[in-house]
Formats: sequence, C-alpha cells, structure tokens
Amino acid sequence: MTKEAIFTPVGKAAEELAAPKKSGKKGASLYEKAVDLPEPTTATPAKLGLKKGQLLEMFESMVLQRRFEERAMQMYQKGKFGGFLHLYIGQEAVSTGTTAALKDDDDIITAYRDHGWGLVRGVSARQGMAELFGKATGCSKGKGGSMHFANVEKHFWGGYGIVGGHIPLGGGLAFANKYKGLDRVTTCFMGDGAVDQGALHETMNMAQLWKLPIMFIVENNGYAMGTATRRHSTGELWERALGYGMKHRVVNGMDVLSVYEAMKEMAADVRKDSMPWFVEIRTYRYRGHSMSDPQKYRDKEEMEEFQSLDPIERLKTVLLDKKMATQKAIDVIYEKVEEEVMDAVEFADNSPFPEDSALYEDMYSEPNPVFHR
Amino acid sequence: MAELQFREALRQAIDEEMARDENVFIMGEEVSEYNGAYKVTEGLLETYGFKRVIDTPIAELGFAGIGVGAAMNGLRPIIEFMTFNFAVLAADQIINHASKVKYMLGGQVSVPIVFRGPNASAGQLGATHSVAYESMYAHFPGIKVIHPSEPGDAKGLLKSAIRDNDTVLFMESEQMYGLKGEVNEDPEYLIPIGKAAVKREGSDVTLVTHGKIYHTVVKAAAELAKEGIEAEIVDLRTVKPLDMDTVIASVKKTHRCVVVDEAHPFAGTAAEVGYLLQRDAFDDLDAPVVRVTLPDVSAPFSKPLFDAWFPSVKDVVDGAKHVLYKS
Ligand SMILES: Cc1ncc(C[n+]2csc(CCOP(=O)(O)OP(=O)(O)O)c2C)c(N)n1
Ligand SMILES: [Mg+2]
Repeated sequence: MTKEAIFTPVGKAAEELAAPKKSGKKGASLYEKAVDLPEPTTATPAKLGLKKGQLLEMFESMVLQRRFEERAMQMYQKGKFGGFLHLYIGQEAVSTGTTAALKDDDDIITAYRDHGWGLVRGVSARQGMAELFGKATGCSKGKGGSMHFANVEKHFWGGYGIVGGHIPLGGGLAFANKYKGLDRVTTCFMGDGAVDQGALHETMNMAQLWKLPIMFIVENNGYAMGTATRRHSTGELWERALGYGMKHRVVNGMDVLSVYEAMKEMAADVRKDSMPWFVEIRTYRYRGHSMSDPQKYRDKEEMEEFQSLDPIERLKTVLLDKKMATQKAIDVIYEKVEEEVMDAVEFADNSPFPEDSALYEDMYSEPNPVFHR
Repeated sequence: MAELQFREALRQAIDEEMARDENVFIMGEEVSEYNGAYKVTEGLLETYGFKRVIDTPIAELGFAGIGVGAAMNGLRPIIEFMTFNFAVLAADQIINHASKVKYMLGGQVSVPIVFRGPNASAGQLGATHSVAYESMYAHFPGIKVIHPSEPGDAKGLLKSAIRDNDTVLFMESEQMYGLKGEVNEDPEYLIPIGKAAVKREGSDVTLVTHGKIYHTVVKAAAELAKEGIEAEIVDLRTVKPLDMDTVIASVKKTHRCVVVDEAHPFAGTAAEVGYLLQRDAFDDLDAPVVRVTLPDVSAPFSKPLFDAWFPSVKDVVDGAKHVLYKS
C-alpha cells in the first residue's frame, strides 16, 4: 500500500503500516514527535526585566485560562450550551507571554481557538462564559459563541472560524496602523493548519513588499484536527519565511518566559524597522480538536511527554524556586481563580438570552436597514 | 433494500463506484486516516489505500483545483469539503474553472468531478459555518447541484453524480448523517440527476422543498393533516437541473404552493421556483406562491436567536394556511 501511495503517510499511520496490527509489535520507528521544542530561554526573569508582581499576574492569568476552559468543558457536557468548543488548554504560555510583552494598544487577531486570547485581553471570565452560553451579556452579545470572542476596545480583534480567513485581516490592521502613522504592532496568530492556506502566502508577500508592521505567528500545536503537522505541511513551517525574505524565529511555546523574551525583542524590532516577522511558536494542545474528537491519531506517550512540560507547572516551579511565591500564595491564586470562574458560570447562567429583536441588530450600521423578505 | 444511515448510504455509493472504476478517488481534509470528519469515508482507506483515499492540507482552493486538473486528465475525483462553507475558498476553481473549461476550450476536455460535503446550517455553529450555497452555485451554467434529503436518494444520486461526465456539486448535512432510511443495495441502482420525487400525496397544497429542511416540511404536513389539510410534498432532490415538470404537475392538482428553502430569500431556489410557476402555471394558481426561507440575516450563535432564525414547522404550516386563505 505504501509503495503506490501518492500521499506518503508519516506518524501513527505509517507506524501501523510498518507493523500490521495483528503482529502486535510496532515496526521500525517511523513515528515522529508532533513538534520538536527548541530550547527554552536561559534568561532569568530578572534578566528579562520581569518583576515578581508581573510574574504572579502572568501565573494567575494562565491559571484563569486553564480553569475557565475546564469549567466551560463541564458546562458543555452538562448541556448548558452547544456548537463548537475548541480548548486552548496547553497553549496558555503563548497568549500570556505575548500580551505581557506587547503594549496594550498593540493589535491581536487569531483563529477560533480564542478563549485564552479573550481572557488576556480584557474579556472578563463573566463575559467569556456568557458568550459561550449565548447570553446577551457575552463579549459578542451571544451572537458569536466560542469561536468569536472579541474585545476590540482592547485591541483584540476577535477569533475567526474560517481557517486562514483572518490572516489578510491581520495584514489590513497593520496596513491601517502604518497608514495612520500609529506606533502599533499587529500580531496575527494562526494554527499550523492555516499555514497551508493561500491567504497566508498572499498576505506575507504584500506585508514584506509594503513593510507592514506585523508578526505572522503560527501556534504549531502539532496537529490540524487529526492531521499531524508533518503530514499536512512540507518542510518546517518557519521555512515559509525564506521565500519572502522575511525575518523569522522559532520559539518554545511551552515556556512563558521564552515567549515573553522572543515577543519583546521582535515587537521592538517591528516598531523600529516596520518590517514583518514570521514566527513559529511550538506548543501542544492537551485536549481534542473540539469536543467530538476521539484523538486516535496520537499516542498516550506523546501526550504524557508534553503534559510533563505543562507551562503552568513550569512557571509555578520558577516562582517557587526563585522564592517569588510560597506554596500558600500559589494556593491562594488557585482559590481566587476558582471563585472567579464559578462566579462567571453563575453569571452566565443567570444572564438573559438576547431579545428576539437582536436577530436583526448588528447586520448594518444604519438604524433601520432594509431586509429582503 | 437495507436500512442505512445517510453516511452509510453515501459510503456505499462511493465504495461501489471506487470498486467499479479505478479512476475514481476521494480527496479532502481528514477523509483518510481520520476516517472522515463526519465518518462518511470510514473504512475506505483500508480497502483502497493511501493512493485513492487522500488526506489534504487545509487548502481548499488548491485541492479543489488539483481535482479539476486531474478530472481534465482522465480521473474522476470526488472532492470532499468538510462543509460547503469552506468551499467558498475554492469558488474560483469551481466557478471559473470546473464549470467553464469544457466550454471555453470548445469541448476538448470534460471535467467529471464531484464536489461533496455538508451544506447549510447544522445548529449553533455561528455565522461563517451555516450558509446554504446551493442557489449560488446553481446560478452558474455548467454546474449540476444535488441536495437530497434521504439516504436512499443520496445513494442513487451520488452514484449518478460520480458517473456523470461533468461537474456536480453534491450537498449533504451534518445533521442528516445519522438519519436512517431504506437504501437500494443493487450496485446498478441509480437515480437520475434532475428528477424530483413526490414524497407525500395530497390535494390541498403543494410544498416544494429539498435538503435537510425537507424533514421540517414532513412534520408540517403531519400538522396540517390534523387540521384536515392534505399537503403534497415535492422533494426536488436536484436543485439544478430543476424538475419543474413534477412541481407543475402537483400544482395543477392542488392549485396552491409553498416553497420551503433553507437559504436566504434573495435570488434563492424558492425565488426561482416561484418565478417559473407564475410563468408556466399562472392559470393553475389560486393564490400567489409563498416562500418560507431564512431571514435576510446571518446565522446567530445564541440558541433562542438561532431558533428564531431557522424556519420552523409552524412557519411552514402558516405558509400553507396563507395560500389556502385560512390564516
Ligand atoms: C477554510 C476552512 N477549512 C476547514 C475548516 C475546518 N477546520 C476547523 S479547524 C481545522 C483544523 C485547523 O488546525 P490548526 O490551524 O492547526 O489550528 P488548531 O485547531 O490546531 O488550533 C479545520 C480543518 C475550517 N474551519 N475552515
Ligand atoms: Mg494546530
């Protein structure tokens, strides 16, 4: 079967092909890890200019993102809301390190795996949970749901559901910033799957040509749905930059300090030169693609390996080792977050659904638009 | 005959056609190793191998176009879109290439290709994942558009689509994949493209529909029957070519018509059926044709808004009563 295949399998499928199931023995290891993490930064928090207070804030933010989603998952399973639910769990160092490194008016846009991004950019746990529940008090008035968190006032331009569809929008945000002479850096996040879309390549070309102040940042979490990165994209993702002569970097996304350091340096560089970057942040998603994913495409060992690199545990270790926090202080943070999330659930539950009239609101800007009947 | 799920009926059609013709292959996101995002292609990899059951990157424009080129060069691709909402990224290949190459090269090539996948809404998936595209594609010459509502039709029509020598869009629904129905297991059983079916006979009003919302119409007909109104249901099955003969024959009997279409109202299938009825059956109509569609508004996420947005059984019942002057 392999010989005639146009599409040569790698990863689990290849392994099974090499050693048919009935032998019970796995063949020569064709199996490759989902992502190879680069070495984390060796810089200490002090060297990165991060104070104890900031680190504690980052830690709390990561715990909030994690607990928010764990509760959201429970609420979904209880039938509190429907639709898609894509969890960011495992990737929190990326959102957290990024926002800590950026200025508050730097722009962020991302795909549908967006809860963490909302929470780090001013969507409260209450507004987030209410959005999941489809309530009028949600950050997008219940009209978007899980995939469309947004807080435009805080320069978080939202999550988008068409893979790759938001990348040109990111280019446009940067274009407008440059046009208006604003000193803002646009960070356009996407999944590894989106790297294969033409939209990215068209936008990268124009961004480089027009010197747009933007960073195209791939959160390579090893998989696009059930397809390992190596099975859907040729070569290394960061190599895409080479064709455009674009600056590029590979970052360890399981370590918030590495993300912080890299983003800080690159954002400063964009501000100085107004030239784009293509960045591959390697990370891992601990949960299924969405709530209906049996996850047969990956092994338990791989999961365990990445779970041992949990970004939250890692920062906790730094805090404890550097005596920036006691175990007691850490426990207090967990308790506080737990309360915040439970309060959010209660808030979402008690909030009203949108009025029926909301169906016709927000389609156009004028007060009484014409609807075709 | 066998009782099969919609997805099983589709799989049987694909399987039989792949066994019959080695130029048939299937390609799309997650169709192979993952067994299909909605398990339509489950098991096909085992039977046909990686050569003919091909996982693609998320690159709709690219793999749709590779399909078109392969079809020009003698293969018969089945291109699965995870949903037709993502096929808009490939619209250039479908609209500007698949549908036009034969014509603009003076008939030197054919494009025997099937683009298939779920269409229209599937619950609270938000604005970008809920669009019904059949009338948009039906607008273009050179494309056939099939949108069945039951497993038996799905199998017979998909087989015809795969054997067809031109571009066929075959539309399904995430919410119908688990639906069971009688399926003819004869590998030579085909349903011709472009033939509607009368699914329920009645003399009072004709309900014209297609795709998933057919099932809403069936419920509405049952409600109407309780009030002594006998509705005739015409399931178009194929949107283009549009079988107006069957619709008109029914309207000649009932003299009243409601078109139920899970799409936005502007220039949709309902609009087309309504126009053709006034042109070709004007004298047979005892009331203006009514349509029941989505509103001219994108899909909301919130449950109550979604429910208000999606046409209900009551909307269909009200439509029927309206043309019967009983509302
Ligand atoms: C254009 C388009 N094609 C297909 C899909 C269906 N889909 C949703 S998410 C996804 C996988 C994306 O993977 P990746 O970009 O790696 O992001 P991740 O889910 O890992 O965050 C696919 C195929 C889609 N939403 N849009
Ligand atoms: Mg991914």
